[in-house]
Amino acid sequence: MNTLLRNTNHRTWLLLVIATAATYWLREDAQLGAIAGFVTLAIAYAKGRLVVLDYMELRHAPRLWRSLLEGWLVAVTAIILLVYRYGLPEFGGGNVAG
Amino acid sequence: MNAITAVPDQAAPIAQRLPGDRDVWIFICAELLMFGAFFIAYIVNRASELAVFNDSQRTLDRTCGVINTLILISSSWAVVQALAAARSRRPQLISTYLGVAIALGVAFMLVKVFEYTAKFEAGLSMLTNTFYMFYFCLTMIHLMHVVAGTVILTVMWNKARAGGYDSGPLQGLETGASYWHMVDLLWIFLFALLYLLR
Repeated sequence: MNTLLRNTNHRTWLLLVIATAATYWLREDAQLGAIAGFVTLAIAYAKGRLVVLDYMELRHAPRLWRSLLEGWLVAVTAIILLVYRYGLPEFGGGNVAG
Repeated sequence: MNAITAVPDQAAPIAQRLPGDRDVWIFICAELLMFGAFFIAYIVNRASELAVFNDSQRTLDRTCGVINTLILISSSWAVVQALAAARSRRPQLISTYLGVAIALGVAFMLVKVFEYTAKFEAGLSMLTNTFYMFYFCLTMIHLMHVVAGTVILTVMWNKARAGGYDSGPLQGLETGASYWHMVDLLWIFLFALLYLLR
């Protein structure tokens, strides 16, 4: 297990699998409501960042390229989060929630 | 030849080094911008038709979505392993790991075909409603990227089997790997938006 966790590639894979399982479980739990949505998006961002930094090897890339991809992650997640929040029925968005 | 095999920067990723061809990164940025616009269009439309989107999302097979996420995550892992094998000059492992990545790419396609077939048999299409228009368009565009990526991986697998990565620079392998990871990255967001976010 220690050998598994010492290898960045194996560790990243394991984290991505755990994060995927967590979002699946979140959706199963109907009690969480909109919180599940915020956490789902936060987990998608964290998973995306792991792929960008570890799989794509941008952790040690020139700052410009790392910033471009990390900037995309932050911008896309932030816009989705904002629209999601203001689209919630309690904020007067959309029709009746399903 | 000796001069080529002695290239020192293949042992490990080096600080301040962009893996692969710079042009593929320009292409990746363009793709991310395009998909980013799709994601925002989806979430904006969803906000104005919440009930339609939530009801339609219930008809999706979330297990298929999770399986495909795990498939792409694992396929990316196999590609990183192939690159690590090439950098540490273990040529026989390069094609083995690339073979695993290709098999997983094909598995992703098969799960998608199974999912589409079930939807079409249930009478659902991209004309059903706005949610399904986004679902079919976005996942089909992404699927085309998976097909293209699997072809690229197959070309690299053939080259690896012919000893093409046994010595010399690995820029081609890194370039293909970067493209494949982008396909993985895009799916992570598609999965969250289409299958999970309610």
